[in-house]
Amino acid sequence: MQHVSPIREPLVTGGKTYHDITEDVSRQVEAKPNIRWATALAISLVGLAIFAYSVYRTLWYGIGEWGLNKTVGWAWDITNFVWWVGIGHAGTLISAVLLLFRQKWRSSINRAAEAMTIFAVICAAMFPVLHMGRPWLAYWVLPLPNTFGSLWVNFNSPLLWDVFAISTYFSVSLVFWYIGLIPDFATIRDRATGPIAKRAYALLSFGWTGSAKAWSRYETVSLILAGVATPLVLSVHTIVSMDFATSVIPGWHTTIFPPYFVAGAIFSGFAMVLTLMIITRKVYKLEDYITIEHVESMNKVIITTGSIVGIAYITEFFIAWYSQVEYEQYTFINRAFGPYWWAYWSMMTCNVITPQLFWIRKIRRSLTATFIISIFVNIGMWFERFVIIVTSLHRDYLPSSWAMFSPTAIDVGVYVGTFGLFFTLFFLFAKYFPVVNMAEVKAILKSSSGVTHSHTKTMHATEKELNTNTRHNNE
Amino acid sequence: MNKKFVLGIYDDEDVLLTAIENVRAAGTKIYEVFSPYPIHGIDDVLGIKRSRLPIVAFFCGLFGTCFALWMQIWMLGFDWPMIIGGKPHIALPSFIPVTFELTVLCAAFGMVITFFIVTNLKPSMKVNVFDKRSTDDKFVMAIEVKEGVTDMTALNNLLRSNGAVEVNEKEVVK
Repeated sequence: MQHVSPIREPLVTGGKTYHDITEDVSRQVEAKPNIRWATALAISLVGLAIFAYSVYRTLWYGIGEWGLNKTVGWAWDITNFVWWVGIGHAGTLISAVLLLFRQKWRSSINRAAEAMTIFAVICAAMFPVLHMGRPWLAYWVLPLPNTFGSLWVNFNSPLLWDVFAISTYFSVSLVFWYIGLIPDFATIRDRATGPIAKRAYALLSFGWTGSAKAWSRYETVSLILAGVATPLVLSVHTIVSMDFATSVIPGWHTTIFPPYFVAGAIFSGFAMVLTLMIITRKVYKLEDYITIEHVESMNKVIITTGSIVGIAYITEFFIAWYSQVEYEQYTFINRAFGPYWWAYWSMMTCNVITPQLFWIRKIRRSLTATFIISIFVNIGMWFERFVIIVTSLHRDYLPSSWAMFSPTAIDVGVYVGTFGLFFTLFFLFAKYFPVVNMAEVKAILKSSSGVTHSHTKTMHATEKELNTNTRHNNE
Repeated sequence: MNKKFVLGIYDDEDVLLTAIENVRAAGTKIYEVFSPYPIHGIDDVLGIKRSRLPIVAFFCGLFGTCFALWMQIWMLGFDWPMIIGGKPHIALPSFIPVTFELTVLCAAFGMVITFFIVTNLKPSMKVNVFDKRSTDDKFVMAIEVKEGVTDMTALNNLLRSNGAVEVNEKEVVK
């Protein structure tokens, strides 16, 4: 028994029963693909084709296809990498951190958010692998004894830490997501009618029966996985920030980077979750599960992390002045008023000003406003990485090596292409996997549906079912 | 050999919990309880012991820590020492990230693999469930019927009087 505050809004509305939850979520999986879904997938596949072509050009002709030059050796590739990894962080935060904090509103959004994490990390991983130029030798980043003598990888390098961090993050997130999917696959398996669906979901469900013993272990495993995933998600963006912070370059070499990057990652990730969830709830008619209350809670996370990011921008500027290092000072003046001023001010507007609108309750609870602001935040966070990376590099110590960076069509193609990859994966997920965690929503239904249930009127709303009950009892 | 079960179907978790207590108090052994979601408090009434999976996770994590430290110290400190940035061969602070990641990786995978093995979760084309509604909206209490017992009235009454909405019989071919 737990206390439920009367001022809390219900997390599941519409007086749902357990069976309604199963019906509402499984409907999408069991229905034949409709034309809207097919169109959306077709558009994503066009994006995927753009990705394939850009990758082909990058690999066949080499990295010269990108707009990099001798001064700006890192630009869109690393910007996109950090951007996608950052987006991924929201999924783990929702599934792990909010589980530890016992935030029940995570239940109906964690499935889709975790899927987003996994797909975003896949997109992110494309960039460093492609930047290797010869991705078929990507396994050289692993500590393997090689044929040129047992020269090992450099464990002092943050780029190597990234290899370990991203691959651990990806595999642990995948396992966490899959464990949560098993009971729901079992539900779909037991409802399936077609021979292929029956077998496919039986395979995916790993023979889950929902016995009390299995549930007990399942809960333990979820809790421990949440416990290890929480420091993991913080470590990943910390290590990503160290790619910059450990190098002695003005604008990068700051100790503020790890917390600043982690906050930024959560900020952009929640924005992406909102963008996706506002569409998903509408298309899949899940308004009773992903309520305005959920949107508002996420907007509160956005305003918190957005303000942390804003303070970080101001702190950076202050420290540049306070350090009395002229190179550091120049970098920051150049960021705000140099040739890339438009990128800096886009970042400031999108990341610092727009999320502050969420202080107003009406905006926080408006779907249209939330959707627009979430897009702004995503744009702003892309510019943040671009600003940090390109403006710190493009004016080197020697003015003779100053250069500007402009992306080529292939740069744009790879970036746009990862959207194709992301949405192709996301649409396939949304069609064949349950987008809401049915078991977890059922578990919170009694305490958070806003409907009072008593023993005599157990979970049933209709007269018909009540009659059935009486008949059984009289038999 | 065929095994025979009596299934009590419930549609509310609180009714089920009371029923489990009463059925056990009546001296009937419950074979298994199936539910569509984890029920809080069911471990206590069923007498399920706390899982020891956290201990597995701890030792797998400890193995990961030791392995990662050994790997980095041996590779960079002994097998092929190199001076990188004027720092010592065995630069422990910069070994922390990889050590941490491998700890998490080993803890998570060790625990999940153990969970799959002990719970007997593995991919198979055909899954036998007692009642298919137990993954949807019903709670199923399965009681094994002893050999030679043919009169189910007593069991039936026990389950019904404790709120079962349905009582079914099921034979499982072994």
